[in-house]
Amino acid sequence: MEKETTNLTLYRAIVFGLLMVIWVIFSGLLDGFHLTLGLISCGLVTWMSSDLLFDDREIGVRDRLRQAARISVYLFWLLWQIVLANLHLLKVAFGSADLRQPQIVRYKTELKTDFEKFLLANSITLTPGTVTIKILGDTFYIHAINDFAAKGLDGEMDRRIGHIFEGSKSNVDAAGSEA
Amino acid sequence: MIFTILSVILILAGLIFFLGAAVGVVRFPDFYTRMHAAGKGDTLSSLLVLLGFSVYQLRDFQSFSESWIILLVILKLIAISTFFLITSPTSTHALMDAGWEDKVKPEIAKGRSNHLEEDAPKR
Repeated sequence: MEKETTNLTLYRAIVFGLLMVIWVIFSGLLDGFHLTLGLISCGLVTWMSSDLLFDDREIGVRDRLRQAARISVYLFWLLWQIVLANLHLLKVAFGSADLRQPQIVRYKTELKTDFEKFLLANSITLTPGTVTIKILGDTFYIHAINDFAAKGLDGEMDRRIGHIFEGSKSNVDAAGSEA
Repeated sequence: MIFTILSVILILAGLIFFLGAAVGVVRFPDFYTRMHAAGKGDTLSSLLVLLGFSVYQLRDFQSFSESWIILLVILKLIAISTFFLITSPTSTHALMDAGWEDKVKPEIAKGRSNHLEEDAPKR
């Protein structure tokens, strides 16, 4: 019980800190008046709706930090994939019709939580050539523009996203419904 | 000077990808393939253009105490790119899904699969 309340306070402090950093970045004015305004509004937002961010407060802050570090590594890998795939799409856009074989493929995922699925769906859509049309349960229906893009769905993305959330206990149930 | 040249190169690279997206929209055969070009040809290109803007901001960077405001501008540009990375695929997916729900027929290449047609709940 004791631990839970400290966790809650810590999470509130993190939300407040994040909001304050964003406030300073966007205002760029560091005089007393504007900083006080920032403190007041960030405090209000934290007080009213801090539980919108980080829905599962059972996960320790240490695990969250590890997740954040892993997500940044993943984002850099994803950026590189986006570059490669965009170059390919450029070729398809200018090339002949033989380069296009539009198709809709099934893709089974091992991922369980909604957030993981959201991340996977967005990553698939971000890499050009593939767009997630529907998610039914743990099956993704993906429109691929050609065979090359469809072959790119080899489960590596799946594995990397699974690795981000590995080891941090979570008791949010996997929602099997349509996302 | 070096920063200006570098930023021009980055912005031009971004514009080439934008051109590719525009050409794709015109040339691709059906709604779904066109969404590929329209919705995502602009992810890398807008990132490159924004990166070019950031590099351009660095041209008169003197020292941290004098020019920290420039760093704030760059952080704002990074915030914009993050926003792009989240919203662009979401809206593309929403449009494609809406198209499917509205029974827009996808053009499927010969011998390729349309698994959604087989599995989707009958309507």
